Amino acid sequence: MSLEFVSANHAAAMAAALAGRANERARGFGGGVYPITPQTECIEWLCQQEFARGEIVRVESEHSAMAVCMGMALAGARTFTASSSNGLAYMTENVFAAALYRLPIVMMAVNRTLGPPWNIWVDHGDTLLLRDSGWVQFYCEDNQEVFDSILLAYRLAEDRRVLLPVLVCQDAFVLSHTMMQTDVPDLETVRRFLPDLDLPHRLGDRPVTVGGLDFPHETEAHRRQHAEAMARVPEVYRECQDRFAAVFGRRPADAVECYRMDDAEVAFLSMATTASTVRAVVDAARGRGVKLGAVRLRMFRPFPEAALRSALAGCRRLGILDRDISLGLGGVLWAEARACAPAGCVVQNYMVGLGGGDVRPRDVDGMLQDLLARDAAGEPRLVEVGS
Amino acid sequence: MSSREDGPARGPCAAPGTCEPLLAGMAGTACDRDAPLLRAGNTNCGGCGMSITLNMLSRAIGARRVQLAIPACCGIVTAGPFPYSAYGAPVVAATFASAAAVATGLARVAQMNGEDTRVLCFAGDGGTYDIGMATLSAAAERDEDILYVCYDNEIYGNTGGQRSSATPLGARTSTTPAGKAQAKKDILAILAAHRVPYVASVSLAHPDDAVAKFARALDLRGFRFVHVLAPCPTGWKSEPAEGIRLVRLAVRSGLYPVCQIEEGRRWTVDVEPDFDRDALAEYFAGQGRFRGDRLDLGAVAGQIQEQWQELRRRCAGGVRT
Ligand SMILES: Cc1ncc(C[n+]2csc(CCOP(=O)(O)OP(=O)(O)O)c2C)c(N)n1
Ligand code: SF4
Ligand SMILES: [Mg+2]
Repeated sequence: MSLEFVSANHAAAMAAALAGRANERARGFGGGVYPITPQTECIEWLCQQEFARGEIVRVESEHSAMAVCMGMALAGARTFTASSSNGLAYMTENVFAAALYRLPIVMMAVNRTLGPPWNIWVDHGDTLLLRDSGWVQFYCEDNQEVFDSILLAYRLAEDRRVLLPVLVCQDAFVLSHTMMQTDVPDLETVRRFLPDLDLPHRLGDRPVTVGGLDFPHETEAHRRQHAEAMARVPEVYRECQDRFAAVFGRRPADAVECYRMDDAEVAFLSMATTASTVRAVVDAARGRGVKLGAVRLRMFRPFPEAALRSALAGCRRLGILDRDISLGLGGVLWAEARACAPAGCVVQNYMVGLGGGDVRPRDVDGMLQDLLARDAAGEPRLVEVGS
Repeated sequence: MSSREDGPARGPCAAPGTCEPLLAGMAGTACDRDAPLLRAGNTNCGGCGMSITLNMLSRAIGARRVQLAIPACCGIVTAGPFPYSAYGAPVVAATFASAAAVATGLARVAQMNGEDTRVLCFAGDGGTYDIGMATLSAAAERDEDILYVCYDNEIYGNTGGQRSSATPLGARTSTTPAGKAQAKKDILAILAAHRVPYVASVSLAHPDDAVAKFARALDLRGFRFVHVLAPCPTGWKSEPAEGIRLVRLAVRSGLYPVCQIEEGRRWTVDVEPDFDRDALAEYFAGQGRFRGDRLDLGAVAGQIQEQWQELRRRCAGGVRT
């Protein structure tokens, strides 16, 4: 274990390389990679590594980056890639394909605004676009969490009860280009956490066609199996947390993370780094006697409905902060989470920090005043923070 | 050159239901695979040139260990519905543009694990000339250890017969009802420009040359590309039994050059045409897709002349060792 001072891009790359090396006694490691701001430093770091049994393929597009991962995964290797924004949009067909083949690929996504017009700053619209792709999705709050989540992702993805790809998301620049002290374990310790990958449907010599044709009744069966695997994720994730704590001595956050929620009557629900700002506002409001709490959704897929319901059970007013907009509807998180609020709770949606606008404590405070003044929820509000 | 002799001894293709004999059973030999690449029960149209291509490829593969990446095209429908597979080798059904990238992944992992698996792409002209071109070009540029076989039926067969950039001038398709206004891409020159180890075109009417070139392409390392003109009775509106004759006419008339290019420099013509004008006329007359339009045979013959001047120049200019 060593303490490194690294950006979240490098933290993700270091975790992927460790996971990859941990599989070098099995069928090795690899992936296709393609640059896009603000993810580029992650793949550049990987391209500087030497692997005893591993290959990073510098492809011509994100679409092919995922296709190389699929080929490598089908051949039994542990695989990784990273992308962002338009790169993820371009990759989309193969993002779906990876999940439909049930391949335990891990991808790091730096959340960035979709363009044009081109904007390199944080917005969650890119990975939420992949909401229905059949991947597990995590949203992280700091560099350590990014690092830990990559390792966790492999154990979760490769579990025979799951066999699904996992997306680990981090906010553009706020994390991707911010250096933080990060605990980096040594390879032997990582090996104790990550067993060799043994893909049951690895392509060998048997004359099978992987991903051929389905009739409706086969698709129904395949979708049901995929959905059942998703449904098993929360339970397997908890086992992964336990194992992680036993091996590395720290416990990764739950799918739903609560802050001062025990007696909270008012709460904010958010994802990723916005949650840090919200916690500061919670502390300040508590000082003024407002019974405010905060819930952070770390796992977006599968959607942890039961955990969210119990977290919000005592809530009278709930503000849901989205760093995204589903045009013609409102925030994506709001649309999914509002049904988890208890009956009679006022649920108001705030879409804030779109295109990377800095969400400051005063902005969250403004939303708190708005929320406290409401008798009923209104239309989803797009809150402009200015810069 | 070929390592077919190294494989285990194989009996003739006699076991019923396990082997579709090459050339109507006349060519079943000791080097055929026990399990043919294209197994009985597939649903390809009668007279499909892609089926014949697979049978020749199967013979060339012999005892070699292969894996295939096949994109969306008629050739993946061939596999049949889950959980069946009409292929006698492991196949990944790739997304339409991704065969060469999926194959890259398979080949890299085989290589890093010391396995002598020959990884093949088997793709139509749409997945090669059109949507998969960037993926193909990139894999060729990286010189991936892949044999890429393009069966070119000059049409999007799977989706019911629309034009591709391999559709020849004048051919009517469902999206070029008046006949295509543009000539097809010169795919061999495109691949040769990547200076990959091996590029070849094969004629299904010349099986000895075809099987030998497939075998050579299988044995070489690095990126290899083999192009096959694959008659498609359904899309060409031709008689299923006429496919091989049509290919022979295309070769004789000079319309379809049968050649190979080593290292992007050494061009060799493998079958000399006689530039027969009647053969050209017969080729077009045998296909409904050319019927009724204003195809100018003289102009086509002129284009063939030009194409061959260029080809001869390349053959002469190539560095010979
Ligand atoms: C991204 C994408 N676009 C379109 C399609 C629909 N599609 C499937 S096969 C095909 C044409 C295939 O043509 P070709 O590669 O020439 O093979 P053929 O069917 O002629 O054998 C098309 C357009 C698809 N599967 N994926
Ligand atoms: S449509 Fe053409 S290429 Fe496709 S299976 Fe039928 S004959 Fe073969
Ligand atoms: Mg075609």
